[in-house]
Amino acid sequence: MRIELNVNGTLHEIEVEPRTTLLDCLRDLLDLKGAHAGCEHGVCGACTVLFDGVAVRSCLMFAAQAAGTPITTIEGVTPGPGELSPIQDAFCETHGTQCGYCTPAMILVAHALLADNPEPTRDQIVEAISGNICRCTGYAQIVEAIALAAERMRGANRPRSLSK
Amino acid sequence: MSADRHRYVSTDRRVREDRRFVVGKGQFVADIDLPHMRHVALVTCPYPAARIKTIDKSAALAMPGVHYVLDGHELAEATLPLMTGLDTPNVPRRPLATDVARYAGEWVAAVVADTRALAEDAAEKVRITYEKLPFVLDAEQAIQAGAVLVHQAHGSNVLLDKTFVWGEVEQDFKDSPRHLSLRVKWGRSATVPIETFGVAASWDPWREMLDVYASIQMPRYADQISIALKIPVTSVRVHHDVDVGGSYGVKRGIKHTVLCGYLTRRLGFPVRLIEDRLENMRGGDAHGPERLFDVDVAFDDNGIVRSMKMRALENVGAYAGRSPFQLGKPIGAIVGPYKIKSVQYRAVAVVTNKTTQEAVRGFGQGPTNLALERTMDEVANALGLDRLEIRRRNMIRHEEFPYTIPSGTTYDSGDYHTVIDKVLANTNYEDLKKERDRLRADGKLAGIGIAACLEPSGGNATFEALLNPAITTSTFMDSCRISVDGMGTITASMHTTSSGQGHETLLGTVIGEVLQVDPDSIRVTRPDSLNSLPSGTPVGSRMAIMLGGAAFHAAHKLKAKLTTIGAHDLGIPLERAVYKDGIVSDRDAPQNKRSWGDLVQIAFRNYHRMPDGLEPGLAVSHVMQVPTGGTLPTPDGRVQMYPCFSFEFHLILLAIDPDLGTPEILRYRVGHDCGTVINPKIVRGMTMGGIAHGIGAALYEEFAYDGEGQLMAQSFMDYLLPSSREVPAVEIIQHVTPSPNTVLGQKGAGESGYLGAPAAVANAVNDALKPLGVSINTLPLKLSKLGDLIAEARAKKGN
Repeated sequence: MRIELNVNGTLHEIEVEPRTTLLDCLRDLLDLKGAHAGCEHGVCGACTVLFDGVAVRSCLMFAAQAAGTPITTIEGVTPGPGELSPIQDAFCETHGTQCGYCTPAMILVAHALLADNPEPTRDQIVEAISGNICRCTGYAQIVEAIALAAERMRGANRPRSLSK
Repeated sequence: MSADRHRYVSTDRRVREDRRFVVGKGQFVADIDLPHMRHVALVTCPYPAARIKTIDKSAALAMPGVHYVLDGHELAEATLPLMTGLDTPNVPRRPLATDVARYAGEWVAAVVADTRALAEDAAEKVRITYEKLPFVLDAEQAIQAGAVLVHQAHGSNVLLDKTFVWGEVEQDFKDSPRHLSLRVKWGRSATVPIETFGVAASWDPWREMLDVYASIQMPRYADQISIALKIPVTSVRVHHDVDVGGSYGVKRGIKHTVLCGYLTRRLGFPVRLIEDRLENMRGGDAHGPERLFDVDVAFDDNGIVRSMKMRALENVGAYAGRSPFQLGKPIGAIVGPYKIKSVQYRAVAVVTNKTTQEAVRGFGQGPTNLALERTMDEVANALGLDRLEIRRRNMIRHEEFPYTIPSGTTYDSGDYHTVIDKVLANTNYEDLKKERDRLRADGKLAGIGIAACLEPSGGNATFEALLNPAITTSTFMDSCRISVDGMGTITASMHTTSSGQGHETLLGTVIGEVLQVDPDSIRVTRPDSLNSLPSGTPVGSRMAIMLGGAAFHAAHKLKAKLTTIGAHDLGIPLERAVYKDGIVSDRDAPQNKRSWGDLVQIAFRNYHRMPDGLEPGLAVSHVMQVPTGGTLPTPDGRVQMYPCFSFEFHLILLAIDPDLGTPEILRYRVGHDCGTVINPKIVRGMTMGGIAHGIGAALYEEFAYDGEGQLMAQSFMDYLLPSSREVPAVEIIQHVTPSPNTVLGQKGAGESGYLGAPAAVANAVNDALKPLGVSINTLPLKLSKLGDLIAEARAKKGN
């Protein structure tokens, strides 16, 4: 079947099998390899993308279901070649990644969280990433990355006179 | 060595690999699309043991887009069995079962199709008839006389049964006033990376070259492919620049690789096999140890443990690769951090009709540490002594290093008492006990968990020779090549894949340190296996020691060459030449100097200015031998397997909801000493990740089987990996006792946390259960198990 997908602000007209998952579609047809298959049954979260700004599992969704809704992948939040978003930079600063497999999903979850809640508590960060499994880090440096990104992003939007 | 003695080592620098991962630009095996590549799916045996009677491929082959269905007989005729560690020729391991399948989920046939989805559809159309056979799942049953045999031709289920006696065990038992016996079981779990195993293989018949891209962490990978496929190893090109999405030991997909290697040669196009999660957990041969310990200890009234007898019975599953060797590694730290004088150790490995076991983080050390640390707690309990005090009394003291344990291993360095003191300075032990008692008064079950243990690191794999005398390997090399190009920039190479350990950062840091240049200016590459120097791969917490050591020595060779060139061009004796920040100057007249650019100019273009006999250019390499390596075990099994021993001390507070059985870790402190820390961010991440992994092994994770031999944990809804909700905030208190055996004083850290966390949790749970008069020594301590145990104990007590 022919569908139209809005991914990272670009419209793509593509031919998919009805059973093609959004994850396979992004990876195989649109060559967006940043979303990863981990369990393919909705538990590990490695395939997370933003569906109209909300973090969802692309392995649990058919590509056809995503037609008409803006999809954002890790490629879409990266500002440009060689550049990092504040959240990506914070993950580098705290080393909130090791093997890198769950990382794009964690960063997208952080984007979704901070868009809603610029000042999350530790517990809110822990809750936000609790649906995404990381096997390397034990989460501490991921939680720190998101807290650091939140702090920096708050600072960036403040007039100098109000900054601490 | 502390940070102030170094320019880059031990400083809080970023990890260079992170940049590609945070933008989703890691290159994982599933990201590699080879032209005209086809995809593999597997047909698996539904029974724990069955004779394969017929395989009907016709319906599958009739489907458009399906290219091939491979069965075990065809593959067995064309290939040799996979390499095993022990000499067990009648227990052959092959990628596909031939006549008999020996566990539920074992691969019986492989389907190749245009897409993975199509291959899966076709796999369902392959019709196989089986004759069900009797099976055995339990290791204790498997060693009984008359047990069902997993491999008839082997004549027994026992692959290994070896007893070592180090010291006067019987005498020490006789002389000790107190004895205690304990049975401890480590449940079948594994590391279960979020990326499953995958491999893509492509054969070029004109160049006679098999290109392999894999999510691999396997020593002698190319050798093993070459042997099984019966092609020269010069026809195997393993690409090391594939990012591995986590491994922690288990990514050993040799059977997947031999299967794909055969298929691409047979079919003439590239093929790829990426496990789905079910394949990964069932037929991927990536389960970890399932080990039953019977421990007897002899001790005195002061709690000094004099002798220990330990039997470890390992259920390796249906076939064996290197997995029985996991009984060997713990011999190098068989007494942990304690001064136990004599030890009897019996290592037994048996096959059963379960999924085949592979190497898991710690290579068997985690289970052994659990048994030791549960035992220390019980010794304290038997005497009514404090559990921390018991450990302090038995521990090797700082001034006693280097210290040789009964099994012949000399521990390099340690300061265990100081590490404990530092943790207690952070968290007052008496206050922690009060907090526990307050929780108990509030009706909770609360317990303090203590675990102290060692992480042997940097090993030379001598456990091979120890358990199989036919093997005479006494080295386990790693290597680094450094070259400066004609433009003066530096490139260093490493010769294996990485799975998140930050090896590129390690190389940059160490070389930058020695050459006094910015680490970020150094390019790090990973040539393929045909362009590589020897590398043992990142196993056994070895890379900081071995790759770091190789880089250090290679950088010093380069520095020496630059200094020699500079001295010659300055016309001064070598001893007057001083290298600093890439510049060579005259010690006595510092204004006379040759800049980095000058030195490169001489080496690359002005051979007439080079000292006699020196090669032009600036290329050096170093192949690193394991420090303390180079000797084989003695006939009575005394051996130095590892040069370095990191220490960790866990102190936790845990509460269990008495009605639900839900455990919650309220406090977690860990003292960690891995010598000089090369990159603090990396070491912290390793330790944190290890603790999370250890909490999983202790409380949640199990490859459980039902009585019919079916694996019950087939998804992440049954196999429970700790999420951010289950992993508490952990405070790490770092201490540095440098190793005298390594170039910077570093020790290993890749298994840290994991080696002690399960014991700490198990000890805390048992402390919490103590008021009920019950104990539990079988991991994982699942909520359901705890809930039942508590309910039963309370019913008995009548409350």
